[in-house]
Amino acid sequence: MAGAAGQSDHVVFNQVGLAFGHRPVFRDLNLTFPRQKISVVMGESGSGKSTLLRMIGGLQRPDSGEVAVAGESLAGLDEMGLGQVRRRLGMLFQNGALLDSMTVFENIALPLREHTDKSEAEIRQVVHERLGDVGLRDVDDLLPGELSGGMLRRAAFARSIVMAPEILLCDEPFSGLDPPNVSRIEALIVQLNQRLGLTVIVSSHHMASSLRMADQLCLMRQGAAISGTPEGLASSHDSTIADFIGEDGISHLARLQERPPQGGAS
Amino acid sequence: MKAVVQILGRRVIEWIASLGQMTVFAGRIVRALMAPPTRGPLIRSALFDSGVLSLALICASGLTVGFVLGLQLYNTLSRFGAEESLGTAVGLSLIRELGPVLTGLLVAGRAGSATTAEIGSMKATEQLDGLRMMAIDPIHFVVMPRAVALTLVMPLLSTVFVLCGIAGAYLIGVELLGLDSGSYLASLENSIRFQEDVLQSLVKSLVFGLLLAWIATWRGFSCAPHAAGVSRATTSTVVTASVCILLADYVLTALWAV
Amino acid sequence: MQESSGRDLAVGGFVLLGLLAIAYLSLQIGGLSVGREGGLMLVARFDDIGGLTARSPVRVAGVKVGRVERIDLDEDLRARVILDVDPGLGLSIDTAAAIRTAGLLGDQYIALEPGAEDAYLESGEEFMFTESAWNVDALVGALVHGDATGEDD
Repeated sequence: MAGAAGQSDHVVFNQVGLAFGHRPVFRDLNLTFPRQKISVVMGESGSGKSTLLRMIGGLQRPDSGEVAVAGESLAGLDEMGLGQVRRRLGMLFQNGALLDSMTVFENIALPLREHTDKSEAEIRQVVHERLGDVGLRDVDDLLPGELSGGMLRRAAFARSIVMAPEILLCDEPFSGLDPPNVSRIEALIVQLNQRLGLTVIVSSHHMASSLRMADQLCLMRQGAAISGTPEGLASSHDSTIADFIGEDGISHLARLQERPPQGGAS
Repeated sequence: MKAVVQILGRRVIEWIASLGQMTVFAGRIVRALMAPPTRGPLIRSALFDSGVLSLALICASGLTVGFVLGLQLYNTLSRFGAEESLGTAVGLSLIRELGPVLTGLLVAGRAGSATTAEIGSMKATEQLDGLRMMAIDPIHFVVMPRAVALTLVMPLLSTVFVLCGIAGAYLIGVELLGLDSGSYLASLENSIRFQEDVLQSLVKSLVFGLLLAWIATWRGFSCAPHAAGVSRATTSTVVTASVCILLADYVLTALWAV
Repeated sequence: MQESSGRDLAVGGFVLLGLLAIAYLSLQIGGLSVGREGGLMLVARFDDIGGLTARSPVRVAGVKVGRVERIDLDEDLRARVILDVDPGLGLSIDTAAAIRTAGLLGDQYIALEPGAEDAYLESGEEFMFTESAWNVDALVGALVHGDATGEDD
């Protein structure tokens, strides 16, 4: 695993502050995301979960402090330099963010066409492999608008991993999906993490999935974050954590602890 | 009173700031134009959207304007016994003014607003951010092809509009009102000169195209990322571009006369 | 991809149509001449050019054969008009240039009336005979005194 020996933290937030107008989002936020682990960022809507992911991608710059990805600070980088960092990132947007004027195939092939000199046949092969990974077939010539919500999310998933990123950012990957699609996406994330050693950072308020797959859980509250393992957080006696996870979460955790962590793929 | 002055001051500062941002934005488009790859397929697709799809509107409007000009000018000219000059009057007004200006306004309403709406909704649905996360510059991939297409399309459509207008006035003047077809065409061809009239027409429409491309892409790119923001930006494109086209028309006409 | 080739065809057709329209407007209606290796440049001096302007047409027997390239004053303060004329005409050296008006109030143009000599005018040469523009004063004078001021008619 490349660079795994270097540091164990893949993404580091150091004293990050950000405000939208007069509304502070982060105040001196310190947070680390370990390499090759699944971290889930949870919090109420408006607590800055999506903004956190956007900052890792350099889409949102902090007012103060710095964000470092794989040891490289994003602070001094222009759009060009950010491009270099972003090639190591894959991002799954909440609504997919596929280009709606292009077919599904062209959407997933786009990063390959832009950044590699693969032949048409190679591109075709890679795209179909990724589509196979997410369980989609015969969607090549459909436009994103012609897919159902779950298929769209999976197609977007295929695009976010087509360049074999080191870090996968998933913004609300479960929102608006039915239970079968939720468990499908969840299985995909776990599988990628285990098979390829991807660092995965997920923002979600889907309690069950989050608790099931998280190696690290970060709770966002009032501009700061509390992070730890799900078990660790649940057993702490901080009332705000208990408030947030709630009885639902605690019972989920209890159930999880009864059986050993999930082994292989589902 | 003090509050009013304050608001005025803030507005002016905001306006100047947005002008600065627009200038930087234009610079980025120009730089994207130079940077490889050339985005041929994307430019072609944008040409289709703003050119081919506007063609029917432009032809129909040009023909109609030609009908009206034919009728109105024929009636006016015949009072002086100068119906023979119909070609001159129609040609000059269409080529110098009506062609570029009306085409500019029509294209602003049709293709300009569509461009803003498209870029704006791509922003609202995070498609632009999606491109950036794939290390693809949205200015290069989305904005530049559309700006190029809007600019190039304008002189082409404007000329088509002028010819349709001339044909429309021909139909009215010659076919309906019985003017001699030779004298209509002769008075047209003898009075129109390339450098004063045709070149002016082409330069005007090219400038209008540049203005519209700049405004439409900027409004889309800078809109608030939600449905209301997109619709506000779309309206603003049509209004701003129309006013700018009319102002630029005056400035260009004045400059040409110097 | 078959859809995009139809689209490309439409775009190609559109651009072609636009360019043809520009070409027609420039060449036919605008009278722009392309690729003509600068025609025969001839000089004509007039006492009065009336309303003649650059780009006014030059005609032989009513047929347009060129246009006024430039108008300026010579050292004797007479109007010097440079004509750009089709070089293939073979205008004899005694050709006369007259400023005429199309219709009663129409645009002014230069009418060339070929002479009888065998030698032809070359580029840069000057017309021997010219006839200035009629102005209304002169017309009235001619009517009152019953004679014309021009050399020939």
